[in-house]
Amino acid sequence: MSDALRELYQEIILDHARHPRNAGVLADPTAKADGHNPLCGDRVTLYLHRDTDGRIDGISFEGKGCAISQASTSLMTELVKGKTKEEIDALMTGFLHLVKGEPESELSEEDREQLEVMAGVKDFPMRVKCATLPWHTLKSALSGAGVASTEAAP
Amino acid sequence: MSFDVEAIRAQFPILAREVNGHPLVYLDSAASAQKPLAVLDAMRRLAETSYANVHRGVHTLAAQSTEAYEAARDVARRFLNAAHREEMIFTRGGTEAINLVAASFLGPRIEQGDEIILTEMEHHSNIVPWMFLKERLGAVIRVAPVAEEGALDLSVLERLFSPRTKMLALTHMSNVLGTVTPIRQITELAHARGVPVLIDGCQGAVHEPVDVQAIGCDFYVATGHKLYGPTAIGLLYGKRDHLKAMRPYQGGGEMIRTVSFDDVTYADPPAKFEAGTPPILEAAGLGAALEWLMAQDRAAIQAHERELLAQANEELGRLNWVKRFGTAPGKGAIVSFEIEGVHAHDVATILDGRGIAVRAGHHCAQPLMERLGTPATARASFALYNTAEEVDRLVRGLHDVRRIFA
Repeated sequence: MSDALRELYQEIILDHARHPRNAGVLADPTAKADGHNPLCGDRVTLYLHRDTDGRIDGISFEGKGCAISQASTSLMTELVKGKTKEEIDALMTGFLHLVKGEPESELSEEDREQLEVMAGVKDFPMRVKCATLPWHTLKSALSGAGVASTEAAP
Repeated sequence: MSFDVEAIRAQFPILAREVNGHPLVYLDSAASAQKPLAVLDAMRRLAETSYANVHRGVHTLAAQSTEAYEAARDVARRFLNAAHREEMIFTRGGTEAINLVAASFLGPRIEQGDEIILTEMEHHSNIVPWMFLKERLGAVIRVAPVAEEGALDLSVLERLFSPRTKMLALTHMSNVLGTVTPIRQITELAHARGVPVLIDGCQGAVHEPVDVQAIGCDFYVATGHKLYGPTAIGLLYGKRDHLKAMRPYQGGGEMIRTVSFDDVTYADPPAKFEAGTPPILEAAGLGAALEWLMAQDRAAIQAHERELLAQANEELGRLNWVKRFGTAPGKGAIVSFEIEGVHAHDVATILDGRGIAVRAGHHCAQPLMERLGTPATARASFALYNTAEEVDRLVRGLHDVRRIFA
């Protein structure tokens, strides 16, 4: 197997895909959004609960998709807990730079370490959308849009 | 004539390349086929020696380009065995051909509640143009179901006809299941009820010789890039009387006889349906592709593709973690499959790492995927240039997928 493939399908990614964290429906969510990649049919529904300070104190997802989208969603749900919309915006910007192979500086050392496992996606331009789908969906949930598509105009 | 796959492969320069350090195994011809030198040379030759706009100028290049363009129409007529050359329209592809028929032939005939019959295994290009008539004019879409193995049940299809049926549009060969439909028999069923028939031959015309007169269909659609020809050109066959009676599809140059600000009169078919500068180099390329294909032993090609399909079915059939979709008898050389616990996109990415190109996704046939109960499959499609060794490499690649995800 090539190094690029080995990095893409590293054990931690496969583990998240096989055993997604925070899978399921959240009771009494304060926000919800559906994400869809019409090119491949991947779907994700995110459920959020935010506390009175606006920090995420509960998150879950349901969805079907490839290992990359499943792992990315699972990982994201772990990372955004306790964060505000502004913190998540910065995290997302850093993540998008990371998976597109663009220089980035927004990530804290700790976040970078966690997200680094997704960096292998940058060598597979056709798969970047798989990794970014949950983040776009989260953005929709936070802004109240309710729907996200990888093919929507930015 | 005999069939020598190596001699065929030598005519497709791209097959000699490597992908990710492995010799390319191209199993995505149902999405778009590779082009032989005969096609590439024909396009380049026209561009280098005689290119100009067609049907306009009087200079030498204009005349030579027009001649090449119209010669391609003659080849296309022979390829589908149409009775008349003016029954062959060049379009921008299969999609435009179907949109043209929906808009110019059927649209004016539709009243609220009139019915259009499709099948469950149509490509989006043979669904959405008809949906426009549902949205705009209140047409009703009736859908012939596909049985578990992928075949159409003709007795069910027959029951869908009603006095309000205005059109039947169906695929010659499913791009997902490989199912080949009995188009001649179905055309007879429809005609017995006075219903016109459009056949989407984008896949079918590649894999077997087509005789539109024998089929009797009203319209037959094919696309250049799957026929080993260029992109951006397609073929619409339409019966002469239909084409004469139909309104133009797009307005512009070439499709007119006279234009004033009071009135426009239209050219006769085929020009009536070829508004604007047509795909000239592409027509030359398509003509070359069809000539090239007709010069091959097509029965031998079909036998070769069937052997590859049989080999793939046998080898994949031994793997209890591979689920195949579409096992209708007489199907074309397409294998759609799922690997237990692995999404089709991951399958395709890992195979690509081995230089193997397969399609993964919904194949522009979401209603069929819904029927099959899966959002995406991987698809290997075999063409005349594929080999038994490539089927083996596919199977070895699937074992790698299984290992990674085990």
